[in-house]
Amino acid sequence: MDGFGGGQAGRGHTRLPDAFLRPGSSSFVEFLAEYAPDRLPGANGAGQGALPGAPGVAAGHGGYRNDLTPHATTIVAVTFGGDGTAGTGGVVMAGDRRATSGPMIASRSIEKVFPADDYSAVGMAGAAGIGIELIKLYQLELEHYEKIEGSLLSLEGKANRLATMLRGNLPMAMQGLAVVPLFAGYDLDRGVGRIFSYDATGGCYEEYEHHGVGSGSLFARGAMKKLWRPGQDAAGAVAVAVEALYDAADDDSATGGPDTVRRIFPVVSTVTADGYSRMPDDDVAAVAEQIVAERRERGSIA
Amino acid sequence: MNMPFYVSPEQLMKDRADFARKGIARGRSVVVLAYDGGIAFATENPSRALHKISEIYDRIGFAAVGKYNEFENLRVAGVRYADLRGYTYDRSDVTVRGLANAYAQILGTVFITESKPLEVELVVAEVGATAEDDQIYRLTYDGTVADEHGHVVMGGQAEQLGRKVGDGWRPNMSLGEVLRLAVSALGSSDGGTPRTIEPGQLEVAVLERARSRRAFRRLPKQALTELLAQEPEEDSGTGDGESSGGTAAPQAAPGPAEQAGSTGSPETGENGGPDAEPPAGPKEGAP
Repeated sequence: MDGFGGGQAGRGHTRLPDAFLRPGSSSFVEFLAEYAPDRLPGANGAGQGALPGAPGVAAGHGGYRNDLTPHATTIVAVTFGGDGTAGTGGVVMAGDRRATSGPMIASRSIEKVFPADDYSAVGMAGAAGIGIELIKLYQLELEHYEKIEGSLLSLEGKANRLATMLRGNLPMAMQGLAVVPLFAGYDLDRGVGRIFSYDATGGCYEEYEHHGVGSGSLFARGAMKKLWRPGQDAAGAVAVAVEALYDAADDDSATGGPDTVRRIFPVVSTVTADGYSRMPDDDVAAVAEQIVAERRERGSIA
Repeated sequence: MNMPFYVSPEQLMKDRADFARKGIARGRSVVVLAYDGGIAFATENPSRALHKISEIYDRIGFAAVGKYNEFENLRVAGVRYADLRGYTYDRSDVTVRGLANAYAQILGTVFITESKPLEVELVVAEVGATAEDDQIYRLTYDGTVADEHGHVVMGGQAEQLGRKVGDGWRPNMSLGEVLRLAVSALGSSDGGTPRTIEPGQLEVAVLERARSRRAFRRLPKQALTELLAQEPEEDSGTGDGESSGGTAAPQAAPGPAEQAGSTGSPETGENGGPDAEPPAGPKEGAP
């Protein structure tokens, strides 16, 4: 067998290094930081010379430029149910499909909402390249913990874990490559959907009822404030999220609206006691088309 | 440390092997069986928290007997290995063969160099797209890797149980059938009178081929009770309504046509013959 000894972990060791067998943390990120720190997102070049106060940072955008990676835009999350009836609550997370690079549209079909694990969803705005890598690592972090410990982290534990990982990206954020995730999940202990927002330094804040991040979030949040109703059901929450994204796309050039020509619609996911599920595109299309039709009927020109 | 008198390498290895073997035989057995919808693992384990059967990666499961702290350490190493590999390359690049090699290296090196060998025996298995692609590797305390087909028993009175399981196992059995076979084998381990093991005392998990990504699933007590309760139906191929959606394959005659998973190694004794089965598969020694 050629595999004997060769490249066990891609490094050509004859056997697994001691780091693999060392008892200790059930965190994959910590293991990676110890064993192969070069494979952490944003490890190349950041970390060392790019700490606060380094020359590059003082000069504005430092060695990096905003257009190195496309910019991912608006994500919204909307809670529903949660009136105390067991198992009826949950949270909807939705994201538009556009990524921009300065004034250009870099992608019309990027996806920015992902399952974090069976009972939570994570979306991100900001530097897409780093954000998607961060989410990939975050998904793995939760799965790794689950496998090692044999149990799920609490929802707050998951939210805090993401904050810690985000803190590791601070040097990059200082240079203009900030990632702003939004985390939402079903709290199995309390039986409700909850939302957590973050800032680029890793600050973690719980949000209530609904929240949005990204360039169009200002408009989306305004819309959600008017549309959200306590005790609404999942379908109602989906409609609120899609309409909020429509309003964001209306006023923010970096947020994409429903694209009926190419049939590209927002990614809409729902997290309930039954777990994470992504809504089929056809269903999202129906919701989006209804909202468009209502707007057309209303006929206002502003 | 003062050096002992000269001890021949043969004697040294034999002593170590005996030591490890004794430790492994003390515990309860683990049975690993292929069925039509995947691979099942079963053992008697009253603990709900200290698992002998675990998930390593999407399609890869792990079972161990021996000293808990030692195989737990190996399990964690395996999860780290698989996750790191999947993160560095792609999820599809994590294979059970690579994992088995990594384990073999650890076991082999410890057996030769450390003051005491690891008192563990492992099975790592990967469920493939079809039954022919399923892979089951058994690793012993000295780093020996054996490529097994269809069924493995390790720990406790492994040889005796292995014979029993080998006699009863056929390709394309349903989940209920393999679990009943596994439980009856586990119950017979005390020699004389067979015991009935309550579902609450069993730790059972499956790698389900049909599941989309993470194939590993533990069977809770409720599901297990139902599966074990179904009486073994006639062998005459009545379309059994197993929950696993079993294809109503002609199960009566385990003809040579249906050699699931036996890729060119006919020594697994699928016909249930009395041939004392050798530990099967091409043996590959430690380095």
